[in-house]
Amino acid sequence: MSVKQRIFPTPESDPDTEAFWAAAKTGKLMIGSCKSCGEKHYYPRGMCPHCGSSDVGLVQSSGKGQIYSYSVLRRVDPPYAIAYVTLDDGPTMMTNIIEADLDALSIGQKVELKFSPTADEDGAPVPTFKPA
Amino acid sequence: MSINGKAYIAGVYEHPTRKAVDKSLAQLHAESALGALADAGLSKNDVDGYFCAGDVPGLGALSMIDYMGLNLRHIDTTESGGSSYLMHVGHAAEAIALGKCSVALITLAGRPRAEGMATGTAPRNYGSSSPDVAFEFPFGPTVVNMYAMCAMRHMHEYGTTSEQLAWIKVAASHHAQHNEHAMLRNVVTVEEVVSSPMISDPLHRLDCCVISDGGGAIIVTSPEIAKSLKRPLVKVLGVGEAPKGQMGGKVDLTYSGARFSGATAFEEGKVKPSDMKYASIYDSFTITVLIQLEDLGFCEKGKGGAFVSDGNLIAGTGKLPFNTDGGGLCNNHPANRGGLTKVVEAVRQLRGEAHPAVQVANCDLALAHGTGGSLGTRHGASTVIMERE
Ligand SMILES: [Zn+2]
Repeated sequence: MSVKQRIFPTPESDPDTEAFWAAAKTGKLMIGSCKSCGEKHYYPRGMCPHCGSSDVGLVQSSGKGQIYSYSVLRRVDPPYAIAYVTLDDGPTMMTNIIEADLDALSIGQKVELKFSPTADEDGAPVPTFKPA
Repeated sequence: MSINGKAYIAGVYEHPTRKAVDKSLAQLHAESALGALADAGLSKNDVDGYFCAGDVPGLGALSMIDYMGLNLRHIDTTESGGSSYLMHVGHAAEAIALGKCSVALITLAGRPRAEGMATGTAPRNYGSSSPDVAFEFPFGPTVVNMYAMCAMRHMHEYGTTSEQLAWIKVAASHHAQHNEHAMLRNVVTVEEVVSSPMISDPLHRLDCCVISDGGGAIIVTSPEIAKSLKRPLVKVLGVGEAPKGQMGGKVDLTYSGARFSGATAFEEGKVKPSDMKYASIYDSFTITVLIQLEDLGFCEKGKGGAFVSDGNLIAGTGKLPFNTDGGGLCNNHPANRGGLTKVVEAVRQLRGEAHPAVQVANCDLALAHGTGGSLGTRHGASTVIMERE
């Protein structure tokens, strides 16, 4: 287990994403959902990147998924695992794998959401994942 | 309408510096411009079109135009990272074909070493107005761990190995030994690459390119002007450009925009991958080369590992000599943007002006390909196919 945890920079919200970050503060991971074509997207945004509709909203993700790819950056202190996780709900998102043996990660490994606090304690947490 | 045959590359220059503490950024651009103009046999007053990307100082092209005292009728500041300069060749050919300019100057320069920039392992933040930053920057995406994730996935899907990736560095090092300006001139072995320190799994230190200051420039002209000069004729046959991103969460790290830019360029050039005698392939990392070779059609998707192995990219012995200057992996990666030097070495090969130890015999068709941004998030890809006339 990695004893040291990197400090996550606090994400800046904007009018496009403030609902996402407000939900994050309540422990909910939201993904973009298009009411026109029915497709999900990530990151959430004001238009559907699949069909072009602006009739989009947020839906809550189950927070379960699997590792699509990952890499442990070794040349920094502490080392950390960046990853793309494919949510069971569809989209693949960039994240970090936390609370894990960094030498025992694998593609396809099942993971689950655990928000991590960020540098500014009043700021939003970021969606990270730990082994399920 | 096509640009095939409508423009020629008349001049190229690669700045010899690799650490430019004694030169300003503007000076590096200007010295590169003058070098390419001298190579073509033209002067700065002949230039009527200027092409540059985000590495220039000042607002767009304006400060460099003023610095060099250019009188222009065409300006293009297409910015797509390291692929920008290949796009510029295409855009210059388009502008020349339409009569918008007749002598196009493209410059690149940068001094990341002199400025002490943490290039590979520090997260890059393009600013909070960039819509992806809040969803990516907190997780520490760096140049190296993003490409590492591409390599990890490619290994998972296709069984690609670190030893196969290492062959790409080995080939580059075989070429760099003959380049007096190259930063890394020692020939390395597969064992040395895979036993170099792990930077970001599965990429080792020797899977990474060099970090260098420097620059370069390209002159593209109309056929009439090219034929009036005393240089060998290098014709632009076909160009292609394509972006690729995360597609709203349908992430696929196993291929790049080269799949599209290459197909476009080959179609316009009316040639195919197997016709190429030489290829300059963007090489920020070994995995970058492997993925792009597959996407450009030099081998099947997933077979890149076997294709690059056993010296197949080494001039003189391999089927596809690549990056005979040593590339970004061993020679030069000025401004963290390797696209322009890809065109420079391809032109040297087509003119017969590469180092004799790496010159490809009868090199009449060559390809240069660049990537800008990151294969791990979003990038621009551009392909230029050239013919020695
Ligand atoms: Zn839609």
